[in-house]
Amino acid sequence: MSIEIVNINKQFGSFTALKDINLTIATGQLVALLGPSGSGKTTLLRIIAGLEAADQGSILFHGQDTAKQNVRQRQVGFVFQHYALFRHMTVFENVAFGLNVRPRHLRPSKSEIKEKVQTLLSLVKLEGLADRHPGQLSGGQRQRVALARALAVEPQVLLLDEPFGALDAKVRKELRRWLRQLHDELHVTSVFVTHDQEEALDVADQIVILNNGRIEQLGTPEEVYEQPGNPFVYDFLGNVNLFHGRIHQGRINIGSIELDAPGYDDTLNTRAVSFVRPYNIEVEREPKGQEFIPARILFIRAVGPTVHLELKREDSSDLVEVELSKARFQALALKSGELVFVRPKDLKIFIPDDYVI
Amino acid sequence: MAGNVALRQGTTTERPTTGAITELPLVRWLLTLAALGFLGLMLIVPVIAVFVKAFEQGSELYIKAITAPDALAAIQLTLLTVVIAVPLNTLFGLAAAWSIAKFEFRGRSFLITLIDLPFAVSPVIAGLIFVFLFGKPGVLWPWLSANDIKIIFAVPGIVLATVFVTFPFIARELIPLMRAQGTTEEEAALTLGASGWKTFWHITLPNIKWGLIYGVILTSARAVGEFGAVSVVSGHIRGETNTMPLHIEILYNEYQFVAAFAVASLMTLMAIITLIVKNISEWKVQQQSQESEEVTA
Repeated sequence: MSIEIVNINKQFGSFTALKDINLTIATGQLVALLGPSGSGKTTLLRIIAGLEAADQGSILFHGQDTAKQNVRQRQVGFVFQHYALFRHMTVFENVAFGLNVRPRHLRPSKSEIKEKVQTLLSLVKLEGLADRHPGQLSGGQRQRVALARALAVEPQVLLLDEPFGALDAKVRKELRRWLRQLHDELHVTSVFVTHDQEEALDVADQIVILNNGRIEQLGTPEEVYEQPGNPFVYDFLGNVNLFHGRIHQGRINIGSIELDAPGYDDTLNTRAVSFVRPYNIEVEREPKGQEFIPARILFIRAVGPTVHLELKREDSSDLVEVELSKARFQALALKSGELVFVRPKDLKIFIPDDYVI
Repeated sequence: MAGNVALRQGTTTERPTTGAITELPLVRWLLTLAALGFLGLMLIVPVIAVFVKAFEQGSELYIKAITAPDALAAIQLTLLTVVIAVPLNTLFGLAAAWSIAKFEFRGRSFLITLIDLPFAVSPVIAGLIFVFLFGKPGVLWPWLSANDIKIIFAVPGIVLATVFVTFPFIARELIPLMRAQGTTEEEAALTLGASGWKTFWHITLPNIKWGLIYGVILTSARAVGEFGAVSVVSGHIRGETNTMPLHIEILYNEYQFVAAFAVASLMTLMAIITLIVKNISEWKVQQQSQESEEVTA
């Protein structure tokens, strides 16, 4: 089922949680609402579910306005950040709850419910734990119970609020892969909220990046990562270095160097910010041209296949983060405190008049 | 938890604490002794005294005292009051706690203050309020007498006074518990298609079960023992409007000490049972809120 979000506005007192949100989610997609805390992503999810009412605008499920439907009638599966399992019920009773509370004429028989719950528990790989109480489960197991419980009512839409937020890194990674597989099996239109860009990039078909109650960018993981629409998105998705400078007739001046700024041929002497990912900075012991900035190595972290360097520019004393392959690092034989030369590549340039980071 | 373990093993509390916060053993013993001595003098000796006095002239007299018609009427009236007041206050307490703990609305803190009012007002004044409202010189007296409704110096007045005095116990007990548990479980139930009533019955009520039982016990204990407010509105009509505490007072004033203490011993027994049940439910409440911390942590 598709979800259409039309002109949603939400205000909490004087705080604007959501401002003119328009978004269409196609049937069967897995969409991530990504943003820092306070960006309005959870509020949007709760409005879709009907747990919160928007001040303005409407939510359409499959083209039909849901304004007159309350939470019960919307048939959404909602997975809460802290699971919200019924603590006094066993895992089995938790999963069966949605079926057991149906009106008598819609309720499946006891044996049907039992079969369904067993199927769901094996789907989430918790077959042996039906008689446990939530307090006896690990965080990852609880989250899977919560998911099975939400799926039991055969929701048309699955909404997940920071589903892996409270889990440790390893379990997180496992569970999100598993969620992706599950989604590919079930094809339920799903929306999940996260503040973890890696999680969103890893799992989602589409990413919606929210900030201050507005949509900053919308696209596939490749699109938003490779072509960030604005400085916020660029900064939010992964580590980044900032180079302040001035643009003049297609050239950008950064500290002691000058680089090409394609697309800015007509710009005259304007302040600009350019962003460079840490792995797009070349490091040399000697300057191999005009485009190298001298910098001193402050710190080296050589754990794993990628080596992280922290350098201080000699021309402006700004810090620069660099990522090198281990082989390149060893070939250069770098040591802390040494003077090297760095060249930024693949700059993303923005004219900073309408944003603040 | 560690503290309990140490007590069970009967060891002194030689926990690996830093020297800075431990006292000299002598000081510790003296403090413990003072506390125990005080408790013994003020609580345990009187309880024993009640029973000793009650059985002073043999169990025959004891049984006679508690089966006298007036005594039986008093016991009956007390139980009737409890049976009416406790369910009323349970309903009210649940409604108040539910609205205060789970919703934000204008006048919420005012409602909390109102609920606390019976704690602040002296029971005698509470009784007088009802006399002023429903009694002979009272505001509603002309209408009540025209319709032949008796409230003051009758059972309805006693029930009203008891309801007023025991008003806050259940709500006060439930509000913090429900606050701690939050609303996400209810929200989850709603998204799963449960109606409001089913959500309350299957989710909210089981979660607050022990807190509610605790509140009901406190309410019952207070309803049985209430003296001041009831005394003002009762009129002390023997066999009709005397509750157990009022009956004891009358017996005592008539120098029937054995009978007074016999009825008193019944109330003491009730109090002891209440204490035991209270402790069990208190322990369960703790478990419940601990679980909620674990589950939401």
